[in-house]
Amino acid sequence: MQQTHYLIVGASHAALAAVHAIRMHDETASLTVVSKDDALPYSPTVLPYVVSGRSDPGRVFLRDQAYFEAHNVNYLKGEAVTAIAAADKCVSLASGARISYEKLLLATGAAPQLPPIPGLDTVDFHVLRSLDDALRLRGAVAKARQAIVLGAGLVGMHAAENLAKAGAQVTVVEMQPTVLAGYFDRAAASIIEDTFSAKGVRLIMGSKVVKLAPGEQSGSARVTLADGTELQSDLLLVSTGVTPVMDYMDGSGAQVERGIVVDDTMRTSVDNIWAAGDVAQARGFYDGAKIINGILPDAVEQGKIAGMAMAGDPALKHYTGGVPLNTYTFFGQQAVSVGSQSEGEVAAHRVDAAHKRYLKIMIKDGRLTGIFGINVAFDPGVMWELILRRIDLAPVREQFLADPQRIGRMLMSKTWR
Amino acid sequence: MGAAYNTISFKTDQCDGCNACMVACAEAKSGTADVLNSRIQIVPDLAGRFDLAMCRQCADPKCVADCPAGALTKNMTSGVIEWDDSKCVNCLLCTVGCSYGGIVHNQAAGHVVKCDTCDGDPACVKACPGGALKFITTSRIYQEVGDLEDLFVPGLSGCLGCNTELIMRHTLRRVGPETVLATPPGCIPGMGSVGYNGLTGTKVPVFHPLLTNTASMLSGVKRHYKRQGREVNAMALAGDGGASDVGFQSLSGAAERGEQILFICVDNEGYMNTGMQRSSCTPFGAWTTTTPVGEHGKGKTQDAKNMPVLMMMHNCAYVATASTAFMEDLYQKLDKAIAASKHGFAYLHIYSPCTTGWRFPSEENIEVARKAVETNFVMLWEFTPGQGLQLSRPLDDALPIESYLKALGKYRHLSADQVEHIKSALARNVDVIRGFARNAEA
Repeated sequence: MQQTHYLIVGASHAALAAVHAIRMHDETASLTVVSKDDALPYSPTVLPYVVSGRSDPGRVFLRDQAYFEAHNVNYLKGEAVTAIAAADKCVSLASGARISYEKLLLATGAAPQLPPIPGLDTVDFHVLRSLDDALRLRGAVAKARQAIVLGAGLVGMHAAENLAKAGAQVTVVEMQPTVLAGYFDRAAASIIEDTFSAKGVRLIMGSKVVKLAPGEQSGSARVTLADGTELQSDLLLVSTGVTPVMDYMDGSGAQVERGIVVDDTMRTSVDNIWAAGDVAQARGFYDGAKIINGILPDAVEQGKIAGMAMAGDPALKHYTGGVPLNTYTFFGQQAVSVGSQSEGEVAAHRVDAAHKRYLKIMIKDGRLTGIFGINVAFDPGVMWELILRRIDLAPVREQFLADPQRIGRMLMSKTWR
Repeated sequence: MGAAYNTISFKTDQCDGCNACMVACAEAKSGTADVLNSRIQIVPDLAGRFDLAMCRQCADPKCVADCPAGALTKNMTSGVIEWDDSKCVNCLLCTVGCSYGGIVHNQAAGHVVKCDTCDGDPACVKACPGGALKFITTSRIYQEVGDLEDLFVPGLSGCLGCNTELIMRHTLRRVGPETVLATPPGCIPGMGSVGYNGLTGTKVPVFHPLLTNTASMLSGVKRHYKRQGREVNAMALAGDGGASDVGFQSLSGAAERGEQILFICVDNEGYMNTGMQRSSCTPFGAWTTTTPVGEHGKGKTQDAKNMPVLMMMHNCAYVATASTAFMEDLYQKLDKAIAASKHGFAYLHIYSPCTTGWRFPSEENIEVARKAVETNFVMLWEFTPGQGLQLSRPLDDALPIESYLKALGKYRHLSADQVEHIKSALARNVDVIRGFARNAEA
């Protein structure tokens, strides 16, 4: 049986941040990374750009083999973990091999969550989570004329834009009343929706698909909505969210809820096992309840903490809690969402739909809880720090509401430069 | 040892918000004068001062870790975080990772932009008229000496933020393994360099002379090796007490005889190791445990002995003053001192602000050292018998001495009269050094 001191399952942002953190503190102990993809590490976030053609699929990799060699990392690709025997400190792989570990990090991320629609298993459809998915979808986009996208999250909206630009007639069907619910409120979503509508994308919000059936041509589908409307598609993308990959967790003994539950050092309830990234359910910043934050910058943060904890780095700082964050570029417009839509009161809400400009600032007890903008300049990273550090904005409240970029930078210079 | 990099530094005190840097950057990077396109952003605060938002070229950059496309990379040779247009997908996640406003979406360019230090020749620095922006190139030295072995053991027990430990490690590393080291009583052996229980704290032979006989013992050791036909560096790392007080007789004798020794005086202005007592290098007005501050005492009542000038008057092969805030200068002088010690007596006087004895926060050590020089309280110069005294740094445009005094707890009690005394003594000292420098020119 192969033995390794550190074993990391997964090879995206959380895993790579952990490798980096471990090697900062421990240059020598054996380290193995297991990736289910038969490829060098890449980010699921880059996949919509592979579909659009912006990214060359041969150049999206986050590390090369030389990196792993230079850092004494054994990179095992094309191997999925099927089970964990925590008592024996070893994992089983799909190939039948077993690896024993001293310290294990689970960073297996998430996979598309398929909705329970009757007939889904009878039609051809796409998802977008792996490089293979992206290449298959890229080929289909070029040929598509009638595309239907289920779900108006980031993956669905990116795909809808790509399909529209490729010349397809696109329809997006979403259960929520607005696009990108959770990251943007109705006014901001309207700006995004209007932009899509102006580009010919049909958005059907607050509806859902109740039935799917194969169409007349090969690869096509007949889509029936809740109100009885019937649509035809020659390309169907299912982008209705993701769910953590935990199919190997049975028998591990670790506490699992919606994700793998971890403490503020990303440790699971079982000794010598940590979890980070989209698979981990960690403390939320606002109320402390454990959430799956599922965003790239937080995966990096959690991976770093897990790596430091595993290596025993005394510089470890505990997780400050997950804050929802996102950036979204659509048809050349920039939308940024930092923080909670529900925490605190609306202190500023400026909407200029004609110029596609929008700003909302949420404040609670004089502290920033959220800031959301479309085509308005502010530094998301500075705002994230202002939230995490609970900086008192009361002395500069009016100035901050008027010019969050300038005052944010001023507070940054005075506080953590 | 990791790599060190050149960096752009910004001093808010010297910025008047003229925006010349932003115009120069915008012109260099976008071909327009619109400061919105500048990669360096000067931000007015609410009190009429100025802050800076620009890329810090972080050592462990979050923008790079947060990039899903591999478009950002830290160049390990230049230290610059590089952006690759052909890989960037314009997702803006890097702007979430950066908490310094250092990478931002630029409307004109249509993508994120950041400082690239203009390939090591930053346009903003050249345009800054007030000296607020500087391009610090000291990293060259750390690159050069980074591969040299640190000849002190790890884990010396100096106080937090100790400047003397820096001086010890830098100097011995440069002087090299063919060295016999003398460390008379003081902080230097006190923090463990002579070792414990039969083990030394150095990777070269080290001995612990009396306070009084450092230079004479070292003279004998050096002569012994010479007689054996071995070329070794004989180096002393002594405090100011050991050099200027009871050790002065043997030091003066060795200097006068031209013994082939490198004698480094680490001047922290007192006997800091034994409880912060005054020495003859303690400046006027300074609090020490033997010049206390109370109802009657108001700190030291005498001026400091000008030790480097006294050593210069011995006509040694080489005499210089140095500061850890000016490392390029320090290393140049160290090289000259090593060379001079092959044929005569070399004396290096290095100022070492003491966080514990001078009472200031440990993270401000280098800043205190810099202020001492910028106010002329410490003057950087070097002397050889052939060329006389040469200034290493102009004495004009000195900062007001108050900015130095206020940084130190040991001067907190000073009355206006005492500050006046310090000012006039400082003016006299500056005149003395200027006089020597003028004579050398003539």
